[in-house]
Amino acid sequence: MRSVLKLIAALALSSALAACGGPAPSSPHFIAEGNPPLLSDWGMMASNGRSLTLGTGVEPYDLVTPLFSDYAHKQRTIWMPDGVSADYREDEVLDFPVGTVITKTFYYPRGSGETEVMRSFEHAPGWRADGLDLAAIRLVETRILVRREAGWAALPYVWNPEQTEAHLARAGDIQRLTLVGPDDAREDFAYAVPTSNQCAGCHAINNTTREIQPIGPAPRHLNRDFDYASGTENQLAHLAATGYLASWPGAAGTPRAADYLDPLASLDDRARSYLDINCAHCHNAAGPADTSGLHLRHDTPDGPNLGFCKPPIAAGGGTGDRPYAITPGQPDQSILLYRMEINDPGSLMPELGRAVSHDEGLALLTEWIAAMEQGCAD
Amino acid sequence: MTNALNTLAVLAVTASLAACGGTQERDLAGADRSYQNQLIERLIDAQPGDVIEIPEGIFAFDRSLSLTVDGVTLRGQGPDRTILTFQDQVQGAEGLLVTASDFTIENLAIEDTVGDGLKINEGENIIIRGVRVEWTAGPRTENGAYGIYPVQTTNVLIEDSIAIGASDAGIYVGQSRNVVIRRNRAERNVAGIEVENTIGADVYDNVATENTGGILVFNMPNLPQPGYQSRVYNNHVFANNTGNFGHAGTPVASIPAGSGIVVNSNDLVEIFDNDISDNRTANIIISSLHSTGYSSYSVQDDFDPYPEGIYIHGNRFTGGGDNPDGLELQGLKLLVAGPLGRMPDVLWDGYQDDGKLVDGVMPDNLRICLDNGASELVNADGPHDYAAPAITTELHRCTLPRLPVIELASAQ
Repeated sequence: MRSVLKLIAALALSSALAACGGPAPSSPHFIAEGNPPLLSDWGMMASNGRSLTLGTGVEPYDLVTPLFSDYAHKQRTIWMPDGVSADYREDEVLDFPVGTVITKTFYYPRGSGETEVMRSFEHAPGWRADGLDLAAIRLVETRILVRREAGWAALPYVWNPEQTEAHLARAGDIQRLTLVGPDDAREDFAYAVPTSNQCAGCHAINNTTREIQPIGPAPRHLNRDFDYASGTENQLAHLAATGYLASWPGAAGTPRAADYLDPLASLDDRARSYLDINCAHCHNAAGPADTSGLHLRHDTPDGPNLGFCKPPIAAGGGTGDRPYAITPGQPDQSILLYRMEINDPGSLMPELGRAVSHDEGLALLTEWIAAMEQGCAD
Repeated sequence: MTNALNTLAVLAVTASLAACGGTQERDLAGADRSYQNQLIERLIDAQPGDVIEIPEGIFAFDRSLSLTVDGVTLRGQGPDRTILTFQDQVQGAEGLLVTASDFTIENLAIEDTVGDGLKINEGENIIIRGVRVEWTAGPRTENGAYGIYPVQTTNVLIEDSIAIGASDAGIYVGQSRNVVIRRNRAERNVAGIEVENTIGADVYDNVATENTGGILVFNMPNLPQPGYQSRVYNNHVFANNTGNFGHAGTPVASIPAGSGIVVNSNDLVEIFDNDISDNRTANIIISSLHSTGYSSYSVQDDFDPYPEGIYIHGNRFTGGGDNPDGLELQGLKLLVAGPLGRMPDVLWDGYQDDGKLVDGVMPDNLRICLDNGASELVNADGPHDYAAPAITTELHRCTLPRLPVIELASAQ
């Protein structure tokens, strides 16, 4: 069935794109080894500098609560070769088969100057379910996670100024940008494309096995609607319908993380969901940050290991002269908030992927800690 | 005592910051900025067994380096000839992050990182030899926390290395097993050498001077592994009198300036044959988390905050204890030694686990034993709010079984 669907989708796309001058959908393929120098080698997307189009069968997705990355917008996609599918796992990322290619493209709405980018939350101007119109968008980088026989590999690609191609940048890159806020406030920052090794800094969530794996595409993060070209649909239902996901029990039986901006969700759920997606890839009981004794997974029980009244171990300047990771009732005495608001790379958290602070996340966690009953009694 | 210590730490920080306004980081006018991507890609492409030679020169980096492949040796041409400087760093929490086993790094320097200098996070068979990690403008609170920082590692050798200017610990081994730290020099850090939550460490033939505290053996709560069994011997620990410039809230921020060797909440520590002199608060401090920030709400239930099985013998003490850091410690000295006297060589905060007393007496294997000639011990009486401190040397005149030598192939 999938081939037929792909064919129909391809036909629909080509007619839609012909109208707006986009490139024809590329043909994705799995590259079993090596480091392809160009993003286009993968065929997951194609750009002519005016429009970016996803390849045939490349499915976009979003997360319920996303990782914050300097206000960058992200286009995430999944693709698999014919004849394979991911197995459902309730509390982990889906069990993706060899051949799976996941992409994440980081982009910003353009500002007026060459290096200005706009800070915004809604879909960027030019967002499409099947790609991006680039007139008002700056593509920065696309990261590939590919499931090979030996395991996942991570490859960062940086877009050229013409926005027609992205080149492999295993050594990463620093781009000096200016973030322009809705009130026209300007903030210069150093956008960092990670090195291939730094990819493992987040994606090796178990620091003993050090196997790289995706972080986002777990049922609890995927269990939401997406505005597909074909209409709005639950993402897991859509992946199941396309044949990418096997053995899905249905939305009712699937856990769902809280949307950190959802006013109907409880404060605790929103805060814990935010910590889970932004912190727990390192701050889990087997992760690189288990050295700190601070565990921030959504299921970490309340107590010292969640940071309540917990003195720091090796925070250095990251303490901000505050006594505990979380000082209940006292946001301005909580190290966790200091490390979210400070932008010094030696003290900030997360260690990678952030150069400016996330006002909305900070506001949420400030509210969460302020609402706790005070007291770290001796 | 904690509050006073904290206040003093703040005052000390202010003073030290005022004092070092004139010092400058290394001038990078002639530094090579083009080598960065070459080394980053070399580290990405590394295969087990590779020796990566870094030439002589000053190489500048704007982001951190990382190595994830086992069995790699990273080798420079000498700690003053191959210099990796991170003054320009805008990304990454350390200079070099290694998440791999069978790793050797030797003969190079890492300077002026925004966070930690060299961090090795999980791995076994680690050798750090002839490495210098330094913040070149001297002690400053804004310096990175740790210089040489293996954590959750097994079979670790750190030798002939140098750490200068760390705002936490110059050489810090955390949550590790089977460690030898020898022939290193740690100066002008908050903590010179720190062994924390580590099982089995031999610390010998090191020089620790001009730090706030010279050599520390600590246990912190809420971590996967409590530490025990450290031998600290044949070290030269002198004049560790630099004002505490650590960040408030960090465990070392409560270390009084002028601390020679400090044991906090750790067990089975043997301190012997060291030359310890002129540390102005006390040459040796034995303490519990109870006097440095214990809160029952913030500590896992099974954490043992009491230092037990501590054996001090055969050290050569000269001077020290003459001008303790802070009013409370000054008062303590005055009370037990008079205005012209000096703090006894061993300062104990007085916390012990009364639940372990047998007929009112601490079992031998849990005692703090001082068998060091004329040296004396003062019990600061922390459990009674420091109301009745007293010199109680005779209650601690005992010996303990010697601790075993660390067997480490790379140190043979």
